[in-house]
Amino acid sequence: MNVTIVDYQSGNISSVINSFTEVAKGKVKLEVTSDIEKIKSSDKIVLPGQGSFKSCVDSLNSINGLVDTLKEFAITKEKPLLGICVGLQMFADIGYEEAETKGLGWIPGKVSKIDNQNGKFKLPHIGWNEIEIQKESKIFKDVKNKSHMYFVHSYEFIPEDKSVISATTDYSSKIVCSVERNNLFGTQFHPEKSDKNGLKIIDNFINI
Amino acid sequence: MLKNRIIPCLDVKNGRVVKGINFVELKDAGDPVEQAKIYSEGGADEICFLDITASNENRETIIDIVRKTAKECFVPLTVGGGVRTIQNITDLLLAGADKVSINTAAVKNVDFVKDASKKFGSQCIVVAIDAKKVLEGKWEVFTHGGRNKTGIDAVEFTKQAEANGAGEILLTSMDKDGTKSGYDVDLLKTITESTNIPVIASGGVGTLDHLYDGIVKGGASAVLAASIFHYGEYKIKDAKEYLNSKNVSVRL
Repeated sequence: MNVTIVDYQSGNISSVINSFTEVAKGKVKLEVTSDIEKIKSSDKIVLPGQGSFKSCVDSLNSINGLVDTLKEFAITKEKPLLGICVGLQMFADIGYEEAETKGLGWIPGKVSKIDNQNGKFKLPHIGWNEIEIQKESKIFKDVKNKSHMYFVHSYEFIPEDKSVISATTDYSSKIVCSVERNNLFGTQFHPEKSDKNGLKIIDNFINI
Repeated sequence: MLKNRIIPCLDVKNGRVVKGINFVELKDAGDPVEQAKIYSEGGADEICFLDITASNENRETIIDIVRKTAKECFVPLTVGGGVRTIQNITDLLLAGADKVSINTAAVKNVDFVKDASKKFGSQCIVVAIDAKKVLEGKWEVFTHGGRNKTGIDAVEFTKQAEANGAGEILLTSMDKDGTKSGYDVDLLKTITESTNIPVIASGGVGTLDHLYDGIVKGGASAVLAASIFHYGEYKIKDAKEYLNSKNVSVRL
């Protein structure tokens, strides 16, 4: 099996590569690439994302054919894709970080700044927070409810259809921190930095 | 609920840990990779390396340490010391660091933090502030490990760092650093109340109670300590259990 981490110059993906390499050892072949043909022929895709919503969308769009290829993979063929952090946020129709920016539009909804309640909550939301699992999910197999995951973000994904939400976390309000629809997965937290629980999620994704 | 973080910091000089833990199970007590692993396995919420290598020739060693550590520790890794250029940051991030902390360069060139956060995202830019008390209720920023006075007010500098896109502030009290008499709680409180980004408290920890003070009295989002963990006085787990017993939420 081939798992591809999409490298589209979206900032620092070293940690994603390191943790997937650790989990994939001897099980699957890992590729880190933006090559369209390699992405097409892979079995699973990981879409990381760091920096702003706008900068990630711009980077994706700057690689000819990448957005269409990803859409065909994840939406038309419904093959497993995991978006991490801004990788998840880009599933939305629209994002408001830096400037109003069109997202991939795979899951209807928007990405807005977390309400810090007039400074009561520090932003970015940085650190370890508990996830509250909202529905059974393939990537949460053997992951306990209220497990701690590592977060670092100031914007949140607000999907229109609440049934896609697989976990939330409590920070200023109930923030959507994981979504799942068929084989489309996304986490707002960083499984690659979330110690053993995070590695378990990566392992679950690889084993789907 | 977001947990308060405990961050052990390792001072590294020419590739070796300066203030090392004397754990018997360690084959090589000066190896930063082994020590980072012990902290990570012990429940550290992040690992911080501070590179205090003086010469430029040895700068490559920290990159190598980061590379090795990042392959074995799956919690966030912050690296500080000598981060002066965009290239320095690129090198550290590519090696596997998740955040870099910028100190002297943030004072020397105000645009550096702005450029860095724009290029890499606020999530990986920590501005490290070394502050010294100059008057009652007033602190000044110092650079070069506390040797050089800048005349810049610590509160103003914090606000500027936030405006320039810093994701966190790492605040060290130069008056308290190394004293083991506790954080400068007044300084911490003043800074945490004047900024909306998280503040990591540093400098002066000698007991577990000091960690409590940093979080509860000072308002810090995270507490960093070096020597109390290095010399094996306390394990990360002891610190977490202590804080938990005093109703401070931590990741257990």
